Amino acid sequence: MSTALVLAVSLGYLALLFVIAYAGDRRAARGLSLISSPWTYALSLGVYCTAWTYFGSVGRAASGGLWFLPIYLGPTMAMVLGWLVLRKIVRIAKVQRITSIADFIASRYGKSRLLAVSVTLIAIVGVVPYIALQLKGVSAAYGLLTSPGVAESTTQVPWSRDGTFYLALVLAGFTMIFGARHLDTTERHEGMVAAIAFESLVKLVAFLAVGVFVTYGLYDGFTDIFARAQAQPELRALLRLEQGTAFAWPQWFTMTVLAMLAVVMLPRQFQIMVVENVHEDHLRRASWVFPAYLLAINIFVLPIALGGLLYFGGQATHPDNFVLSLPLAAGQQALALFVFVGGLSAATGMVIVESIAISIMVSNELVLPLLLRWRTALGDGLPDLTRILLNIRRITILLLLLLGYAYFHVASEAYALVSIGLISFAAVAQFAPAALIGMYWRAGTRLGALGGLMAGFGIWVYTLMLPSIAKSGWMGDAFVQEGPGGVAWLKPEALFGLTGLDALTHSLFWSLLLNVSVYVALSLAREPSARETSQALMFVNAGRVSGGTTPVFWRGEARVEDLRQLCVRFFGAERAQAMFDEYAARWGATAASVADARFVSFIETKLAGAVGGASARVLVSSVSKEESLTTEDVLSMLEEASQLRAYSRALEDKSRSLEEATARLREANEQLKGLDVLKDEFMSSVTHELRTPLTSIRALAEMMLDDPQMPPEQRQPFIAIVVAEAERLSRLVNQVLDLAKIEAGRAEWHDAPVDMRALVLQAVEVTRELLREHGCAIKLTLPAPDALPAPIVCADPDKLQQVMLNLLANAVKFVPPQAGRVQLVLQVGQDELTVSVTDNGPGVSDDDQRAAFDKFRQVGDPRERRQGTGLGLPISRQIVEHYGGRIGVRSRLGQGATFHFSLPLLAQQAGNGEPT
Amino acid sequence: MTHKLLVADDEPNIVISLEYLMKREGYEVLVATDGDQALETIQREQPALVLLDVMMPGKTGFEVCQAVRADPALAGVRILMLTAKGRDTDISKGLALGANAYMIKPFSTRELVQKVAEMLEGAA
Repeated sequence: MSTALVLAVSLGYLALLFVIAYAGDRRAARGLSLISSPWTYALSLGVYCTAWTYFGSVGRAASGGLWFLPIYLGPTMAMVLGWLVLRKIVRIAKVQRITSIADFIASRYGKSRLLAVSVTLIAIVGVVPYIALQLKGVSAAYGLLTSPGVAESTTQVPWSRDGTFYLALVLAGFTMIFGARHLDTTERHEGMVAAIAFESLVKLVAFLAVGVFVTYGLYDGFTDIFARAQAQPELRALLRLEQGTAFAWPQWFTMTVLAMLAVVMLPRQFQIMVVENVHEDHLRRASWVFPAYLLAINIFVLPIALGGLLYFGGQATHPDNFVLSLPLAAGQQALALFVFVGGLSAATGMVIVESIAISIMVSNELVLPLLLRWRTALGDGLPDLTRILLNIRRITILLLLLLGYAYFHVASEAYALVSIGLISFAAVAQFAPAALIGMYWRAGTRLGALGGLMAGFGIWVYTLMLPSIAKSGWMGDAFVQEGPGGVAWLKPEALFGLTGLDALTHSLFWSLLLNVSVYVALSLAREPSARETSQALMFVNAGRVSGGTTPVFWRGEARVEDLRQLCVRFFGAERAQAMFDEYAARWGATAASVADARFVSFIETKLAGAVGGASARVLVSSVSKEESLTTEDVLSMLEEASQLRAYSRALEDKSRSLEEATARLREANEQLKGLDVLKDEFMSSVTHELRTPLTSIRALAEMMLDDPQMPPEQRQPFIAIVVAEAERLSRLVNQVLDLAKIEAGRAEWHDAPVDMRALVLQAVEVTRELLREHGCAIKLTLPAPDALPAPIVCADPDKLQQVMLNLLANAVKFVPPQAGRVQLVLQVGQDELTVSVTDNGPGVSDDDQRAAFDKFRQVGDPRERRQGTGLGLPISRQIVEHYGGRIGVRSRLGQGATFHFSLPLLAQQAGNGEPT
Repeated sequence: MTHKLLVADDEPNIVISLEYLMKREGYEVLVATDGDQALETIQREQPALVLLDVMMPGKTGFEVCQAVRADPALAGVRILMLTAKGRDTDISKGLALGANAYMIKPFSTRELVQKVAEMLEGAA
């Protein structure tokens, strides 16, 4: 394939990435963030997969079978199991405006500059080989595409003619444009994230494409490849985890844990996962999308490796390049180019983000503090700091890439890609104890973190770095074989006699062990300073402390004007004013010229977002007169804050109970109004009922008075009507009074033991005349006179009589004349007795059943109404319910009605009841 | 000329009283004992005056009054509402619906007779 084509496609792809980044930044500036989608965030995490994934994994699979997996298992487990930890990191980072992993660790331990510098330097040392790895991958791929027949040259090409050198320069230039264009208060690079998400997609698709091609194009699917591999003994071993020997559990475990730590601690991962995170909820989506991405990109690794080994048989060819050599050998030029673009994409992504992250660390933690120290020495002579910072970053990016090229030029061909990568991982893994333990253990101190970091790093250098340099021929390897000065106990790959582990596991074991032990020991040895304590509190309690009452650990004097000048210098007049307005909007404007602690803390946080916590601390303390806080001060501030919180909670509770009380009062008021309306209606009904009989009485009486000559046959009926209506009237008045008294609780209840059986018989006697008049038969079902339990209740016999008469009279009223049948049943149960009166009248409809016991409701034929008052049933109900009983009606239209009530039995010894 | 009067009330005793009273005064008396019957009789017979009770089964007096007033053919029918409901709200409701007069039970027979005569004076 022609160089021109490859170059053109590559440059075109890079240009596309740039366009996406630019568009992303423009949209962000207009407020329409492209990266506010959780999908973009989750995809951008794919920057974890670099040229290592493209080339190194296949190479590893070809020699070690499934041993390429732990690197991807680690992040999967970290996301799935540890996402709560990740969320806490994100939360802390947002509150403290963390700009990098160095900033994170330094801020935790009191914004220590020393710690920030150490972390930055270690990060650089760890990342340079990794960058070299990317360059190596791309250059090998490029070589394969453009000059496939040429064997890899063993002679060194001078750098001025080395294509990889120019590749490094191009990448540097590209990254500078991407990431060092302006300072932000949040250190976000929206365009970069959008471009990274895009390139994650591209490399996934390209890898899947070649995977599908190999599996289904060259062979007949998974089963085919695995079957063929099984057939060949050398390949069969690859399919098994044990690889011919006992399964090396420690190694598997170590690599997985290593990858778990690296997925957070690597500068580029921290940048993308934490600093660029827009909303902590995006983590939730990412916690399954990212593992899914890793799974997808790894599905075809083993098939490609096996396919390549099968295809090329015994020919010597680098398994690292199978993803390219297989399509090329099969004549698929376009696919090979596409895969190359994918590999380029993977490498570019890593380089861009990693170098931007490192440049931020260098500018904020290394250079700026120095600059500030000189500034105070020189007086206020330094101009626009923003420009200086940005230039520092650009230079850092260039230098980093040149260093990476240098490493590549000098050392990389001695080692397979994967080993270089793992060494890098082991270096950044040293950050883990200080960072992770510090998030949960308040007693971790700066001294402990420093000590642990140094110890771990030292072991790393001794057990991994030096041996690798020795093995590539730059140092004598005598000390590796026999130990320094012949002391076997200190052999770098078998420290203190620990053999049987490979170099990586061995190194990781010792380095982390020493790291953690020194960290814990030193932390417990000395008390933390006040600043460390306050920062530790803020880190450990992140997410639990509510924003409003977070204590501000600062005491001193600062002038608002000085702080304003500081902001103007870093953000320009416009943005500075915007920040001041924001503060005023949230907590009220500061009219005073002296800034209070909260304001200072606010400004410091904003500055930290641009220049890192440590530098912001320096800047703020340079313009203010601070009082140093002791640990007691910090603790007492905390206590104050927690008291405040308790008060505000109590206030909230009180106001809530006030609200509830108001709601209840309103309810009661509504109820009263309702009752008022009811009372109004009752009064209206009563007056109506009283006036109706009065009308006839008066009218007829007047007419009789007017006409003394009225004939007796006319006068008699009139007088009869007057009398009847008068009776009706007095009945009504009595019942109204009755009901009113019962409802008002002023009725007189003369309770005594009552024999229901006798009472029922009595009621029947009283109504016998009425029954005979209507030609109505009655049937009684009563318990035997001495049956047990005895039907005795404790009640007022007159009132009960009233109820019985009411029910019987109603029954008579509704039965058909001369054909009426009434059934009366008295049933005695366990704790209560029930009386039911059944008639064969027209029955009561369901609607009327509900209303039957309402006042002045008379159901049934309206023409029969006039003999009733409509108050009988309501009164009966009041009486029955007064004694704790129930009253009701069962009926179907056209099939008669049964009115029934129950009363609780009077519990007593047998034979004592005195029937009344 | 003998005017036709309709007595609409569901209380039989009141109907008896009113019927006797009005007949004594020399009017021709028709009777209805519920709202639907009352409306139908009014439409059929077009009496000069209706003694209309409010609380009746079927249609209430208010509904009957409204229906009569909605019918232009019955514009000449006078309505005297007779009811035991005597709240101010009820009175204004009745008058608003188009009743010509409103008397509260129990009424004085003398006053009723006088009122009826007044109302019929206009319709000679």
